[in-house]
Amino acid sequence: MSGGTGESRIPAAFESEPAFVPYLAAGDPTFEASLAYVEALERAGADVIELGLPFSEPIAEGPTIQQAVVRSLDGGMTVERYFEFVAALDVDVPLVCMTYYNLIYQYGDEEGPEPFVERAAAEGIDGFVVPDLPAEEAGPLRAACDAHGRDLVSIVAPTTRDDRLQRLVDLSSGYLYVQARLGVTGARASVSDRTTESLARVAETGTDLPRAVGFGISSFEQARDVIAAGADGAIVGSALVDIVAEGHAEDRPPEETAAELEALGRELKEGALAAAEPEASQAD
Amino acid sequence: MAEQGTFEGYGGRHVPEPLEEPLAELAGAFDQLKNDEAFQREFESLLEHFGGRPTPVFHAETLSERYDTEIYFKHEDLLHGGAHKLNNTLGQALLAKRAGKERLIAETGAGQHGTATAMVGALLDMDTTVYMGRHDMGRQEMNVFRMRLMGADVEPVERGNEGLAEAVDAAMEDLIERTDETHYLVGSAVGPDPFPRMVRHFQSVIGREAREQVQELHGDLPDACVACVGGGSNAIGLFHAFKDDDVAFYGAEPAGKGLNSGQHSAPLSATEREDPEVFQGMRTRVIDDGTENHSVSAGLDYPAVGPEHAALQELGRAEYHGITDEEALAAFRELSEAEGIIPALEPSHAIALACKLAEADRHDTLLVNLCGRGDKDMRTAAEQFDLS
Ligand SMILES: Cc1ncc(COP(=O)(O)O)c(C=O)c1O
Repeated sequence: MSGGTGESRIPAAFESEPAFVPYLAAGDPTFEASLAYVEALERAGADVIELGLPFSEPIAEGPTIQQAVVRSLDGGMTVERYFEFVAALDVDVPLVCMTYYNLIYQYGDEEGPEPFVERAAAEGIDGFVVPDLPAEEAGPLRAACDAHGRDLVSIVAPTTRDDRLQRLVDLSSGYLYVQARLGVTGARASVSDRTTESLARVAETGTDLPRAVGFGISSFEQARDVIAAGADGAIVGSALVDIVAEGHAEDRPPEETAAELEALGRELKEGALAAAEPEASQAD
Repeated sequence: MAEQGTFEGYGGRHVPEPLEEPLAELAGAFDQLKNDEAFQREFESLLEHFGGRPTPVFHAETLSERYDTEIYFKHEDLLHGGAHKLNNTLGQALLAKRAGKERLIAETGAGQHGTATAMVGALLDMDTTVYMGRHDMGRQEMNVFRMRLMGADVEPVERGNEGLAEAVDAAMEDLIERTDETHYLVGSAVGPDPFPRMVRHFQSVIGREAREQVQELHGDLPDACVACVGGGSNAIGLFHAFKDDDVAFYGAEPAGKGLNSGQHSAPLSATEREDPEVFQGMRTRVIDDGTENHSVSAGLDYPAVGPEHAALQELGRAEYHGITDEEALAAFRELSEAEGIIPALEPSHAIALACKLAEADRHDTLLVNLCGRGDKDMRTAAEQFDLS
C-alpha cells in the first residue's frame, strides 16, 4: 500500500466533504476475506478506515465487536500479522489503528510506545485510537506520533466535560472521535440528543479539529443526522461487523459479504453527503 | 486523576473515556466522605449493629502447639454474611447512596461479595444486580440462593472461563451503559482508581482491630501477618494498620495445580515474572497468556492482583507465596479438626502458608486473617473428603 512515509493523510480526508469512517477488526474472520472487506469499504467511499488490532481483553466493547475480536484471534491475528495485513492492503485512504494500551506499550524491545508507532508508520498507519489510554499517560504516545508524523485521535464521551475535554482536544490531532451516546459499542436505532450536546461542547473549546461521531450509527438517516448535527464525519463499526458476522455464520462466499459491505457503505456515505446538500435533506 | 491513584506506578485509571468523569466524581466523593464524621459514624454504627463488629481474635492453641508457633486468627468469618466482604459493601453502598445512586451492581466469584452486596442492597433499599460466571454459579450454588432470597438479580455470565474475571467485564459494561444511576460496587482492591484505595480504606478496620486485640492477648505485636490474596482486599485490610510496624507481611496466592503446572492464578508468586499489564482498568501484574486461570477456590481465581500488592512486593515490604489446591484443602481439613472452625477455601490458603512459615521457623507469632467461613464450600469438601 501507499503511505509509509511522510505525514499523516488524515487531515486532508476531512477537507472537502463530510467523511464516512468505517471500522472493521483486521483479520475478521480470516486474513484474506478481511482484506477484501476493507477494500470494499474503500470502493463504497470511505474517507478514513479504522482498523481494529484485536486484543484478547477489550474493555467497553459490545458483543458484536467482542465476537469480531474472537473470530480474528481465532483466525490467527497477532500484532505481527496485523502489520502484514496493513502492508498487504490495496487501499489509498488513510488508516487508523484502533487498539489497546498493552499491545502498543509492550511491542518491541524498548520500553514505551515508540517501537510500535515506528513500525506502524512504516507499514502505512496514519493514526491511532487507544480507548484505555488515560490522557494523563498519553505523553509518550503523543511524542512518538509527533516523531513519526502520525495522528493520535482521542475519544470524547457524553460525560467528558470542561478541563478534561480541553485536555483531550489539546492532546489530539487528525480528528476527535465524539461518542454519540453512553454505553458499549453496538448498533442502535436512533442517534441520541447527547450527540448534539457533545458537539456543541467540543465547538466551545474553539478547536478546529474535525469531529467524527460514532457509536450506534447504522443507517443512511443516522449518518445524515449526525452530520446535520454538526459532525464532520460518521464512524460506523458494529453495523458493518454485523454483516461480517452474518456472512461468517451463514458460510457465505466472501465476495457476497464484500458486496453487502459495499452496499451499506455507499448508503452511509450518501447519508453523510445528504446532510450537506439542503435539497436532499428536505426530501424526507 | 493524580498520582494518589497509583502505587509505585501500579494502578491508575485505565478506562474508556465515558467512565473517566464518573470515576473522577466517585473519587471526589470518597475523598470528601472519608473525612466526614457523620458518614463515619453511620458506617461504624452499621458495622457494629448490623455486621457484628468487632470480630474477635482467637488464639489457636492446638495449632500453636503443633507448629511450635503462636498462631492467632482474626475471625472475619464471624462478620455478618460469613466473610470480610461486608466491610467494603457497607462502606461503598453508603457512599453511593449519598452520591445519589439508586442501583448497585457487583461481580462475584465465590458469591461472598455478591451476597454482601445483596445484603446492603436489601438493607439500604437499593436495586441490586450481581454478575457471576456460570461456572462459579455451579460451584457456589448456596450463595446464588442467598443473593436471590435477599432480592438481588443474579446475572449469569457465559463467556470465556465463566469466572470472576468475566464477571468483572460484564459489570464494567453494565456500568458504562447505565452510569448515571449505577454504582459499581467493586469487590476487591482491584480495578481503576479510586477502587483499590477505597476498598482498602473500608477494609482496614480488620487490621486496626486486630492490632489492638493481639497486643491485648499476646502483649505484643505479631511478628507477621498472613492473608490470602485473590484481588487482595482482605490482605490489604489486615496489612494496612501494620504498615509502619516491624511486622512482616505474607500473601498466599492460589497456586492451583502448582506454580509450574500452567494452571494457577498467582501472578506475583509464579516463577515466570511477567511485566505489568493494563488489565480491567489498572496497571498491574497478570498471569501470563499461556497459563490457565485456575484455583479450587472460586474467590481466588482472578488472573491479576490488586496494584498495591504488586507495589508491596516490588518494594520488598511483602512476600507472596503460592499455595496449591491440595495444600489448601489439607489446611481446610486440619483447621476443622484441630480447632472446630471450618474455614472457607480462600483463607485455607493463608492457613496453609502460615503452617509452612511455622514449620520453617521463620517467626514466633503469626496473625492470620480467617476471612471467611466454609459453609459455601461444603459440596467441594464432601466430594474431596468423601463425607456423604
Ligand atoms: C472468603 C473470601 N476470602 C477471600 C476472597 C478473596 O478476595 P480478596 O483477595 O479481595 O480478599 C474472597 C472472594 O470472594 C472470599 O470470599
